[in-house]
Amino acid sequence: MSTLEITGVASRPVPRLLAGLSYYRPAGLAEHYRCYGPLPALGRRFIDVVDASGLTGRGGAGFPTGRKMRLVADRRGAKVVVANGAEGEPASSKDRLLLTRLPHLVLDGIALAAAAVGAAAAYLCVHEHETDLMSWLHAAVAERDDPVPVQVTGIPGRYVASEQSSIVQHLNGGPAKPTFAPPRPHERGVRGLPTLVNNVETLAHLALIARYGDHWFRSAGLPSAPGSTLVTVSGAVWRPGVYEIELGTPIGQVVAQAGGPAEPLQALLVGGYFGAWLTVGAALPLPMTHVALKAAGGVLGAGMVIALPASSCLLAETARVVRYLADESAGQCGPCVFGLPALADALADLAFYGGRGRVLGQLAALVPLVERRGACRHPDGVTQLIRSALRTAAADSRLHDETSPCRGVLREPLLPVPGENA
Amino acid sequence: MTGGKGMRLRVNPIACTGHGMCAELLPELVGLDPWGYPLVADGPVPRHLAEHARRAATACPTLALLMEEAPAAGSVVSGAGRRRGGRHSG
Repeated sequence: MSTLEITGVASRPVPRLLAGLSYYRPAGLAEHYRCYGPLPALGRRFIDVVDASGLTGRGGAGFPTGRKMRLVADRRGAKVVVANGAEGEPASSKDRLLLTRLPHLVLDGIALAAAAVGAAAAYLCVHEHETDLMSWLHAAVAERDDPVPVQVTGIPGRYVASEQSSIVQHLNGGPAKPTFAPPRPHERGVRGLPTLVNNVETLAHLALIARYGDHWFRSAGLPSAPGSTLVTVSGAVWRPGVYEIELGTPIGQVVAQAGGPAEPLQALLVGGYFGAWLTVGAALPLPMTHVALKAAGGVLGAGMVIALPASSCLLAETARVVRYLADESAGQCGPCVFGLPALADALADLAFYGGRGRVLGQLAALVPLVERRGACRHPDGVTQLIRSALRTAAADSRLHDETSPCRGVLREPLLPVPGENA
Repeated sequence: MTGGKGMRLRVNPIACTGHGMCAELLPELVGLDPWGYPLVADGPVPRHLAEHARRAATACPTLALLMEEAPAAGSVVSGAGRRRGGRHSG
């Protein structure tokens, strides 16, 4: 294929998705085809290719994409495809980058998924306050001639609104809040129809798998974790931003790609605000895969890596984030409504005022009262973050609890918390 | 279906508003957290408590206490959900 020889998308391990990235403006349809080649028409058999590729969801949970598609395809009647581009994680920018610069990769993925599962309608969901993005996406949709119409839809910009059952409930005219399962979206989703909800990066990978095949997809990454993935690197690195890496790339190499540490580091927050803190020594050699990170007490999540400088206070950063997450609760489940503010209060005491020897005990008692007691993963994400903070900064948390806060609390906050300075 | 080994109790945390009826009627399996929400014992409902458990589920003013069959091991998606929950538990 001459297009591939020119651009070499298929010949290099990475970048793949980002090979067609042009700065300053979104790629138009003609430019998109020039770079990635024409989109082959594939029906239901495409699911076999996706299965064989080993692609897993890039929204955070890492569920096998082919299996998810099959769950929807196997149901009777019309189906719905939902592309989740409502990036709720404050420290993640990858979905926004794809949607603003490479919208046709995502729209190709929607068209492929819709054809494969037999969908009659498709939605592309982004945050409703991003009106510019929505108008660009409307323009991109209008450029195309997809058999299944794609409706660009705004979702409230809250943290839990981008959870898949929240999106489904919102599209059904309800509040953008998680629902109790079952039914899950693939059983009864939008308008009661079986619904496939995929992250927009996952769909963009489909666009390339359809063109170049499952063997090509597996030629990057590890046999157990194939392909490439987008990561957002931020914090104390010289060139923060979105990078495309092969799955299995050591975290140290990811940090190096982002210019390396801008100052001595203390720890890394990997996986976002539902992720986990890891000490620098533990994190740098770890391969970026779901399995390796889980074994180390971490999470790959949606691929965020935040480098915390040695002079910052890990507990203070965590306390700010936990307060934010407590405020972001959908307010539906008692343990989350009451437990998260209690956790946030205790952590703020520990971080900023000193624990008077009591707070570590309080936290240890509160965490199990919150865990696994919500309708969604929100409370579990928070407790995982807290557990990892107390583990990673064990010595500092004893100092905070028994003596007084460390000097790091005086440093300017690092982790982004929406609305904090508003 | 007289309860027994296949049944378990589950709370719908969205529907639950913390009336505490379940802890009153079934203290053997349900406790309350500091905010008045039920903490349900893991695992199957013992046969001799099945009738009490069913009565507690029926008495819940918001029908938030569910007595249901333990999920089949082969169920793909509920398996994934449980794994995901488990990931955050330890």
